[in-house]
Amino acid sequence: MTNKLHDFMEKRAFALLFGIIGVVSIGGLVEIAPLFYIDSTIEKVEGMRPYSPLELAGRDIYIREGCYLCHSQMIRPLRDEIERYGHYSLAAESMYDHPFQWGSKRTGPDIARLGGKYSDEWHVDHLTNPRSVVPDSVMPPYKFLATTKLNYKYYDKNLIANRRVGVPYTDEMIKMTVSDIQTQVDPDADDFDGFMARYPKAVVRNFDGNSEDITEMDALIAYMQMLGTLVDFDIYEAKMYDNER
Amino acid sequence: MVGKGQTERFVSTQNASIIKNNTAALIPISMICVLGFLWALFAASQGGDPVIAPHAYMFMFAFALGIFALVYGVVEHKFVYNPYEYDDSVIRAGVIATIFWGIAGMLVGVIIASQLAFPNFMYFENLPWTNFGRLRPLHTSGVIFGFGGNALIATSFYIVQRTCRTRLAGGLWPAFVFWGYNLFLVIAGTGYLMGITDAREYAEPEWYADIWLTIVWVAYLMVFMMTLVKRKEKHIYVANWFFLSFIVTIAILHIVNNLSMPVSFFGAKSYSLFSGVQDAMTQWWYGHNAVGFFLTTGFLGMMYYFIPKRANRPVWSYKLSIVHFWTVIFIYIWAGPHHLHFTALPQWTQTMGMVFSIMLWMPSWGGMINGFMTISGAWDKFRTDPVLRLLIISVAFYGMATFEGPLMAVRVVNALSHYTDWTIGHVHAGALGWNGMVTFGAIYCMVPWLWKKKDLYSLRLVEWHFWLATVGIAFYAAAMWVSGITQGLMWRAYTDLGFLEYSFIETVKAMKPYYIIRTTGGLLYLTGMFVLTFNVYMTIKGKGDAVALDDTPAPASKPDPTAIPELVAGE
Repeated sequence: MTNKLHDFMEKRAFALLFGIIGVVSIGGLVEIAPLFYIDSTIEKVEGMRPYSPLELAGRDIYIREGCYLCHSQMIRPLRDEIERYGHYSLAAESMYDHPFQWGSKRTGPDIARLGGKYSDEWHVDHLTNPRSVVPDSVMPPYKFLATTKLNYKYYDKNLIANRRVGVPYTDEMIKMTVSDIQTQVDPDADDFDGFMARYPKAVVRNFDGNSEDITEMDALIAYMQMLGTLVDFDIYEAKMYDNER
Repeated sequence: MVGKGQTERFVSTQNASIIKNNTAALIPISMICVLGFLWALFAASQGGDPVIAPHAYMFMFAFALGIFALVYGVVEHKFVYNPYEYDDSVIRAGVIATIFWGIAGMLVGVIIASQLAFPNFMYFENLPWTNFGRLRPLHTSGVIFGFGGNALIATSFYIVQRTCRTRLAGGLWPAFVFWGYNLFLVIAGTGYLMGITDAREYAEPEWYADIWLTIVWVAYLMVFMMTLVKRKEKHIYVANWFFLSFIVTIAILHIVNNLSMPVSFFGAKSYSLFSGVQDAMTQWWYGHNAVGFFLTTGFLGMMYYFIPKRANRPVWSYKLSIVHFWTVIFIYIWAGPHHLHFTALPQWTQTMGMVFSIMLWMPSWGGMINGFMTISGAWDKFRTDPVLRLLIISVAFYGMATFEGPLMAVRVVNALSHYTDWTIGHVHAGALGWNGMVTFGAIYCMVPWLWKKKDLYSLRLVEWHFWLATVGIAFYAAAMWVSGITQGLMWRAYTDLGFLEYSFIETVKAMKPYYIIRTTGGLLYLTGMFVLTFNVYMTIKGKGDAVALDDTPAPASKPDPTAIPELVAGE
């Protein structure tokens, strides 16, 4: 039977084309489509929020520089990884990540829970010249970030694009984009409370130690200092039925 | 070698005087150029963001050049052709582009390998484009899509004409496909250096480059399909099944994986449509099947033409080719989740990915067996013909890589191998061994045929190339196996007191010797590529054994022996 079917298609170009399309469609449909409607795909957690504008801008830089090619953001539930990096990563922790940044290679360590592990000063030194703080590091230098001003005048457009693909940015968040970027590097800013209400747990500091400008270094460190800090693991129950995956 | 003068024209010579004018494709191609030019003009002037400006100017230049070429061709009557001759000009260009991108991509590979071995090499703290993170996509895209992609387009166009005994369909469209594809490569490669990336591995170009590639790829599919439709053979030859599955599946994968929301219609940045888990699954469904369909079925198409042709033997088993064709394309699609073992992807998806990856082993080896057995009865040529040896060794590497892949897809093995250099070694065994070697074999076959020479300039140089490449791969793969397994074991090593034995940086330090060996291996492989370039150059020049053949084509009395499944042994 199958031989006859192949014989039929082998003599008809369009039959062969549609045969191929049919055969290669099945696997993708079965594996990808259910991920969008099975509720348990993403755990129920407390604490996830969209990135603050400065964090998102830092994330753009992280992507631009290809950091994901050497650093993963996905801690596996293996004993040594949990002891080395912290609680294993949850699906919920990347629910606002367009695109995901799980990575595929650890030339450097995993940084899914980098937030709060090192001081801002350490990050500035490390990014400027990695081997000044880690002598055996093979990481390239990112000194230029400290001297490149962040281009954020129209950054609300980036938040709007994220909202269009499903990130719950409110009208207020989008309206306050530029102000929020300035607030996050200035703990004395007038709108500090409003900013913290919009983005709970956000770190507000002058990250690069330079109070003249808001640089790309500020943005990238703001992003790295919040990585893995949002989910409240005190109340997260891994064994709860809804979270069993 | 097979005298190619005989098959250049496929109908009797009295038709050779028929000349057709090639105008049907002029209007749609010039429309594409004009619309593309206008978009680029807006992008350059309105400034969706300043990052896109260099690309906007490059697009404007390319489309203006395209329009100029069209006008020039019409005015100077360059677009006339004989419908009874094969369209080989675009294939000759494709061979040269393959070599160009091969050297570029492999050179960048050697550079980034040495950056990891000697991190103070290329240390320019204020030149972001010299950093590993920006050069690595240039390397992967350069070799996969530049070297591999151009080789696939060139060989598929070559093979589909010979095995269908008809000229390429579409008039100017094949040239559009070639130049459009290479424009995409330039946009993609320069974009990475400028930091324009959407961070999807092996699909990094931003949304506008993706749209451009979609247009080019649909044109490619149409050219290939229409050539099949107007074939003079009753059956579609096996190589063409594989090429067709490669072209159409890559179209599906490319479109779905690159769905994204641009920040501005005239700006570079976009955010992917999916997020987190779904995005990861879509990306690795794409990523794994870029391997499955770009680097496997496409190159199997090459194998199914050049091995029988070079060995002058029919394909070993027609039945096996049917079985392994349909099973390979069905099962490959499922295997993506093995890139996401132990991640936040639901367990059921991971398990499916693992099971289908293991199932994939046998269909993959079906292809290997068919390739090997085709030269049974002609094994002496394995010793005497270095070109055939390249082709056969490539199949051996294919078999090794497709055994190692299912092994690494097993969860317990993956727990060790994932995130380490073992993956890098695995990929390169496949890419350098299988894709590289089969492409070298195809180039060495095609160049004398395309430029109408008796043979290559020097088979001794092919011999040199073979050994440089083989030793290079051995250095590379062995170094990466050792470094990957070492690092994986060090990460999970505990002291007697129950503490982690090594800090992360100690495991990085331990990699140094292997990174140096790896760089050496890459350098040897690149040297082989230079040997190929020299040999091809001298062949085209007509030096050495590359004596020019009489250009008058004889009528093709007999069809291509590989073209007809009925003639296949084992039936």
